[in-house]
Amino acid sequence: MIDGIDKAMNFQANALILRAQRQQVLASNIANADTPGYQAADIDFAAALERATAAAPGTGAGPARTAPTHLAPISAAIVEPRPASATGALDGNSVDMDAERVHFADNALRYEAALRFLNGKIRTLLSAIQG
Amino acid sequence: MSLAKIFSISGSALQAQAKRLNAVASNLANADTVAAPGQEPYRARQVLFRTEPVQGGVAGAPGVAVSEVIEDSAPPRRVYDPKHPHADAEGYVSMSNVNVVEEMVNMISASRSYQNNVEVLNTAKNLLAKTLNLGS
Repeated sequence: MIDGIDKAMNFQANALILRAQRQQVLASNIANADTPGYQAADIDFAAALERATAAAPGTGAGPARTAPTHLAPISAAIVEPRPASATGALDGNSVDMDAERVHFADNALRYEAALRFLNGKIRTLLSAIQG
Repeated sequence: MSLAKIFSISGSALQAQAKRLNAVASNLANADTVAAPGQEPYRARQVLFRTEPVQGGVAGAPGVAVSEVIEDSAPPRRVYDPKHPHADAEGYVSMSNVNVVEEMVNMISASRSYQNNVEVLNTAKNLLAKTLNLGS
């Protein structure tokens, strides 16, 4: 029974964690907009979510390794450099601020969407429990 | 908690940009500083950035740190002003090598970057506040 509840929320929970991680990568791109030689990075969200949900329940994007003897979780989010854009900066910085701001706003909205879906799931389960 | 790490990333960027603004303020204040004969005139200070990994954050999402503050190696500005008390034997005074136009551009760029990072922080804060209300 508990497993069923976990499964019902697993997908949106994974999506939420990955959105938060992508938000972090995008924040880093914006923070490093003036750092010489910095290459903009991103997470392929669709591929990462597929990996996270394909993994056995509980080993997705969730658990943190707090001791070196713990089993390594399946790394869901792979941060890879964004395909080179034509910013033409002489200092080797490849951050396109306009594009980053768009990605950031888009990702924030999708994070809120995942949050709302998860909230809906929780409310449905609660009303089933309480009648 | 990945979103909380955004505070560290954008916070480090805010600090770095503030240091850059500080250097600009110092340079502009000393744009017309004259050195006495035999003394080294003021040299424009430039702040260098580098990436710095955030502890516990996603690998590949670093913050920013100031790696060093260098002094501009351009020669000092020499102005002919024989009446000036600091003029040398030929009647020239040595002034700082600050390029005022460059510094103004630097200032605008730093303040825009600062604003960008403040907005990133605000977004992360709002998302976290909404996450705290999850399930209620």
